[in-house]
Amino acid sequence: MSARAAALAGLAFLVACGQAAPPDRLPASDTLDPLLSGSTFLTPETQALQADDFANPGFLWIDRGRDLFRSVQEANPSCASCHGDEGEGLMGVAARYPAWDTQSAAVLNLEGRINACRERHQSQPALDHESDDLLALTAYVAHLSNGMPVSVELTPGLQPAHDAGETYFFTRRGQFNLACAQCHNDNWGKQLRGDTISQGHGNGFPAYRLEWQSLGSLHRRLQDCDTGVRAEPMPLGSDTYTALEVYLAVRASGLDIEAPGVRR
Amino acid sequence: MSGIRLSVPDTAAAGEVIEIRVLIQHAMESGFRRGSRGEVIPRDIITKFECLYADETVFSADFHPAIAANPLLTFHTRAVESGELLFRWTDQNGTVWQDTANLTVT
Repeated sequence: MSARAAALAGLAFLVACGQAAPPDRLPASDTLDPLLSGSTFLTPETQALQADDFANPGFLWIDRGRDLFRSVQEANPSCASCHGDEGEGLMGVAARYPAWDTQSAAVLNLEGRINACRERHQSQPALDHESDDLLALTAYVAHLSNGMPVSVELTPGLQPAHDAGETYFFTRRGQFNLACAQCHNDNWGKQLRGDTISQGHGNGFPAYRLEWQSLGSLHRRLQDCDTGVRAEPMPLGSDTYTALEVYLAVRASGLDIEAPGVRR
Repeated sequence: MSGIRLSVPDTAAAGEVIEIRVLIQHAMESGFRRGSRGEVIPRDIITKFECLYADETVFSADFHPAIAANPLLTFHTRAVESGELLFRWTDQNGTVWQDTANLTVT
């Protein structure tokens, strides 16, 4: 066999392997019973910190969010002038996000909605992802829905994002070749290094992570997960993560919102 | 952004021991960490906390690099007279953040 023929045969073998190899997309296996919030898997001390409305450091951002919510920028209306001084009009809203926005024909998460509102109604520029101001406003609005069950309604507009998010969740990625589902569906409750694997819900976000020593968004958390399996993290606010957020919200249906959560 | 949260009772009986909790938003950057390019992130910490009440320092603390971000302190003092409690944090550069709370002693 000539070298060229051998190379071709090798190539054919590789192609055959590629075809025979199982697809990277794992079969969907959603059997979360019982459905447990991330706070279930924390130490009692961290649970106590989250439950304490004074000591929970996330409330530093809630305080700031409340101030921003009521503050008037130039001649523009404040958030409070439409939604009420205590945000009465926004109670329960965070439990229904991400949602389809007909005006921009896009899926918006809470951060996206806040920025859209700023641009449309307050003539203010969108806030940067992970800026203290955006985290503060998001945490404040999410906190208004505390204790209300996550209930994202899958409208036709939201369905494609949900499906894309589901595909992401079940697709192996990174040098470790792991899908989200392999930890958070198949092995939750077991130990991974010093930690207990949670079910991977977003109901406590934005959350104060002890590792970050700061409040952070769900997208930042997803970046950490992707980095953890040595995959390329997606940009904050990307369509991919927003789609995953839709899937995660549907997956967490019925869990109470508990923002700002405290996580490891 | 430096947010301050104070938890002080509004009223207390004379002689009563009251619990005070204070939380301040601060990065408490230790000076030992490195950024993504390997550069040392300069130290930036609060070095001193004081609580003044009834013309006296009733509690103070020296902070060092091992104190976590957004430090929370819980301490006690005895309610002696109605008046103002002053809480003051000073960082390594002398920047001061302070807030006050009023206590009515009955």
